[in-house]
Amino acid sequence: MITATNLALLAFMAVTAWAIARTLNLFVATMLAGIYSLLIATVFVLLDAVDVAFTEAAVGAGITTVLFLGALLLTDRQAKPHKHRFGTYGPMLLVVLLGAALVYTTLDPLMPHFGDAGAPAQGRLAPEFLADSVRQVGRDAPTATHIPNVVTTTLASYRGFDTLGEVVVIFTAGVGVLILLGGGVGSGHRRRPGRRNREETTAGESAAGESTAGESTTGGAGP
Amino acid sequence: MIEHVVLRVIAKLLAPFIVLFALYVQFHGDFGPGGGFQAGVIFASAFILYALIYGVENARQIAPPAVAQAGIGLGVLIYAGAGVAGMLLGGRYLDYSVLAHDAGHGQHYGILIVEFGVGVTVAAVMIAVFFTFAGRRGVLEAREDTAAPPDGDDER
Repeated sequence: MITATNLALLAFMAVTAWAIARTLNLFVATMLAGIYSLLIATVFVLLDAVDVAFTEAAVGAGITTVLFLGALLLTDRQAKPHKHRFGTYGPMLLVVLLGAALVYTTLDPLMPHFGDAGAPAQGRLAPEFLADSVRQVGRDAPTATHIPNVVTTTLASYRGFDTLGEVVVIFTAGVGVLILLGGGVGSGHRRRPGRRNREETTAGESAAGESTAGESTTGGAGP
Repeated sequence: MIEHVVLRVIAKLLAPFIVLFALYVQFHGDFGPGGGFQAGVIFASAFILYALIYGVENARQIAPPAVAQAGIGLGVLIYAGAGVAGMLLGGRYLDYSVLAHDAGHGQHYGILIVEFGVGVTVAAVMIAVFFTFAGRRGVLEAREDTAAPPDGDDER
């Protein structure tokens, strides 16, 4: 039953991915990408990875779709028909070949198979975390704290440095977007004199005095 | 979309419950699925829903960009600060066992604190990024209006 459901979901995902690649309507592509995220979230639920599924549904299907919609407002709803250098099916063929190669490598007899109980990851660390996380994390306090969600224990305590790194990645991404798209505080002050148009330059002269005025006259002819 | 009565009313009705659910996911992450990442995104989605229905300008008054931008750094500081607090109390960096009178409670507090830091940063980044994207249209239009083509202004 689980296998049948998984196969059905994977088939849906393949169809959705195909449709995303084929459509020129960007709104449709955005919505299909959201559906794709929801499908993979369902697969994660079937794999008993509820936390990952939750994240995928919230981030992939939720926020990402909305951010795409926000970006869609800035451009056309329809993509320009694009003539590929290697024909329509050249890139598709490359992707399929790459995917097949990746699947082929997992068939290597030396690699643990999908869900293999003898895989190294299942060997020592995972059982220890699963069996002992309540005791270890609450060490010296056998009766005190129970944190039943092993995912949270692993994420925040065993892998505390890792998660700190993840937060810093999100921090960096957010700061990067703010710097690139110049939203909010200080965006007006960061533009160099050469970038200013005439009205702003005259306003800047009266406000900022001689040095800015000199810069902007030379800067106007510059880059 | 402010002219749609149904959307307007439902958005206003739903927003507090979305925020409440975010807080539940945030502080219940040690007992069930959830945690800072999901909670932050859900929290941000309440504001984004409001912005979609009532317009970005109205949403900016509820969540001023300066606050959102401060939150981006604040969350990382809370997380890293929990580690430093552990060091000051005689443990190792990010060892929460020393944060309370016994190790079990210390770990519990530590996990809640760092998850809160994660949530603050994620929510702030999502809100700030959405406002940046959504406010971009106004910026582009303003630039088109006041652009000085003979100047050879470099396009962005």
